[in-house]
Amino acid sequence: MSYYFNEDHQLFRSSLRDFLEKEVRPNVRQYEADGEIPRSLYHRFGEMGYLGLGFPEKYGGLNLDIWYSVVFIEELCRMNSGGLSAAIWAHPGLALTHILAEGNEKQKEKYLPSGILGKSIGCLAITEPFGGSDVQALRTTAIKDGDHYIVNGSKTFITNGVNSDYIVTAVKTAPENKMISMLIIERDRKGVSATKLDKLGWRASDTGEIAFDEVRVPVENLLGAEDAGFFYIMQHFVSERLGMALQGLAYSEYALEVTLKYVNERTAFGRKINRFQVLRHRIAQMASEIEMNKAFIYSLYQRYADGDYLVKEASMAKLLATQLNDKVATECLQMFGGYGFMEDYPMARMFRDARLGQIGGGTSEILCEIISKIMIDQVNYKTPINKNK
Amino acid sequence: MNNYYFTEEHNLFRESLRTFLHKEVMPNIDQWEEDQRIPRDVWKKMGDMGFLGLSYPSQYGGMELDFFYDVIFTEETSKMFSGGFTITQLVVQYMSSTYILKYGSEKLKAKYLPGIISGELISAVGISEPGAGSDVANIQTKAIREGEHYVVNGSKTFITNGVYGDFIVTVVKTDPSKGPAGVSLLVIDRNAEGVSATKLKKLGWHSSDTAELAFDNVKVPVENLVGEEGQGFYYLMGGLQLERLVGGVSAYSGCEAIMGYTLQYMSERSAFGRPINRFQVLRHRMAQLASEIEACKQFVLYCARLHNDGKYAVKECSMAKLLATELSDKTAYQCLQNFGGYGFMEEYKVARMFRDSRVGTIGGGTSEIMREIIAKMIIDDVSYEAASQPSSNGAVANGKSENGLSLDQILNGIQSKAADAKPLGKTLKFDFGNEQLFIDGTGEKNAVSKDNKEADCSVDVSFEDFVALTKGKLNPMNAVMSGKIKIKGDMGVAMKLQSLFG
Repeated sequence: MSYYFNEDHQLFRSSLRDFLEKEVRPNVRQYEADGEIPRSLYHRFGEMGYLGLGFPEKYGGLNLDIWYSVVFIEELCRMNSGGLSAAIWAHPGLALTHILAEGNEKQKEKYLPSGILGKSIGCLAITEPFGGSDVQALRTTAIKDGDHYIVNGSKTFITNGVNSDYIVTAVKTAPENKMISMLIIERDRKGVSATKLDKLGWRASDTGEIAFDEVRVPVENLLGAEDAGFFYIMQHFVSERLGMALQGLAYSEYALEVTLKYVNERTAFGRKINRFQVLRHRIAQMASEIEMNKAFIYSLYQRYADGDYLVKEASMAKLLATQLNDKVATECLQMFGGYGFMEDYPMARMFRDARLGQIGGGTSEILCEIISKIMIDQVNYKTPINKNK
Repeated sequence: MNNYYFTEEHNLFRESLRTFLHKEVMPNIDQWEEDQRIPRDVWKKMGDMGFLGLSYPSQYGGMELDFFYDVIFTEETSKMFSGGFTITQLVVQYMSSTYILKYGSEKLKAKYLPGIISGELISAVGISEPGAGSDVANIQTKAIREGEHYVVNGSKTFITNGVYGDFIVTVVKTDPSKGPAGVSLLVIDRNAEGVSATKLKKLGWHSSDTAELAFDNVKVPVENLVGEEGQGFYYLMGGLQLERLVGGVSAYSGCEAIMGYTLQYMSERSAFGRPINRFQVLRHRMAQLASEIEACKQFVLYCARLHNDGKYAVKECSMAKLLATELSDKTAYQCLQNFGGYGFMEEYKVARMFRDSRVGTIGGGTSEIMREIIAKMIIDDVSYEAASQPSSNGAVANGKSENGLSLDQILNGIQSKAADAKPLGKTLKFDFGNEQLFIDGTGEKNAVSKDNKEADCSVDVSFEDFVALTKGKLNPMNAVMSGKIKIKGDMGVAMKLQSLFG
């Protein structure tokens, strides 16, 4: 029984789950070892329609409601690879989302149909070595020179930053400018280089540091209006944070599922370990917190679908669900004992993957800053463009 | 902001209730806390205003409104900064008289319900005893039938409204030889001969009266029995869901109240030349708390929606009570800290909130009991069904049973139960007609499968009765006697059913 998912959503979930179990699960360990997912996987997701769930039909999307995307993220997370989820999701969820919302018709025609088919892959580059959530302090510049911008600077921690075909990049059109602009920079332009970063977790995604050295980009690659980038980013932060909250929740649910199975099979001192009260109560507590986060996040998706602008609530949800994932990963791993530390069992990977939740997409501390500004200083984040209404 | 639970009418109701509470209650709370008693006229005024009996049937004076009016009633009374005030009426409306409403005879309803809706009567529920709380099957208070009366002996403790209330919905054993099946509910008038009360001193909830009650040969008319004899345990299980849900609402609402009060203080209090709400550590602490309160609230409201839709949400309500009351403790503790020395002074309301909150994780089932229930449901796949209502026309939306369980759904639970029980030493088969369940007890552990094999003993039973057996709702020996179970083969194995499902 659900207030949000109807029978069609459930059918979609079960067919998606079959697909993932058959075509993805057997290869996850290979992706983790390779440090990336193959291009062919994007093609398969594209063929199946999974990359264009919420996108308009005219670009090859399926124009489905938000709950299909919720199902998609939840099921993807059941593969228990933060890197896989991030690599897949960063393309439609970040890059294509920006292009759909802010791009002109020419840009949409160029990037959306091929992106939705998984033929061309995008990434979103905001963070720099010296500035992350402090977006206004960014240093990458794009100085106009006739009908081109000359781009100099660097970006880091960029998911799909090495293998993607184009980079939706936050730049400043003058060094002293406080406002930022968004520019699409093709990978094959002269002066673009990328280094793959070695990470604690999220191993199946390629995370890059990207350098721009005198890169010439045509002015027609500007996304939306000049100097409006900050508002675009803020607007998309809501869906990004809801997405990260949902991922934190989905990983936690999966951890609980595999742990319940394990404690029902493993015996110690002559009985199943799920008979030990301390473990039972720990599981009950986790299950309760998972259920609470779920009710909260679903309620926010409903409001998001109805056009509410949820800066505070999405920040709250991301804060709580990523904290939950850290906690659940730690406690579930503990129940696996020594096996929890082994790569043959699921908890080791989840433990290291979960650690990113409280960092990426705005750290927990940044989220608390935002929440306290709204709550204590009555700062009002107005909706820039209400695309959902 | 969108709201999926409260309509314009709900909001108008909230406004009028809030205005009343701020005028008639808030100014008097300090005095009532001091007096350790709330004068009756305030309840009468609330009754006159139509604030009581919100979801009760109109024939008794109720308003027949949906459950979200009850949520509003609970939220607003929980923002008076006095847990004692709040609990007094919540017990009447949602934790005691509800048993009469749902399971009582027409005569009982007509006698008691109009009074609790008009505010003239105050009711209590008597469950806990000095020797047993949530372990309801082990209560000792006896009600032995003698002609047209029960004679009640025993004692109850921690009873809210037990000193100044008018009647107590009391949990008694009408058949002391039985466990849960001997438990019944009996309405006992507070001034009946042989009932005495001692007022207990408490850490918090100072304005409410909490009693230890003694019953010394109290004669109670048979007509005061609520519903049927021996069904009390199941009535309670259903009623406790509502109690826990309401407890969850009260807890998050109290958190919101402390939060607002603390933010106000932080904007006024200065230290080192600036308001203390400029200090980042305190700001982040409040941001974290606010997030947890918001998430908790949305979860409890979701549970309220399930309840309003007639779902019997044992797991969710237990989770809601667990999380919301623990959050209340945390919120009260951290908010008090932000007040510094003033937090310790009675001049500020946060001291009272701190001590009043502490009972949240204890009353209505401790946090540990909540986790036991949740663990049974998610680890052992135990499911709970609502008790049937002997007389309907109650307006409180609740009590749809979860029928339609399949063998596969309960198989896990049976397997873990059987594995924990002593090996049967023989093989046993349950035959439901279209499906069979086979238990091999010849090994080190009882092994359960869906195979249809030859067994030392075969038990013919309907699947419904089998489910009741596994839940301890049907006593195996009674089932054999009444013919609900037919045994073929070795009768000795059947005797062991008790150990398997006990």
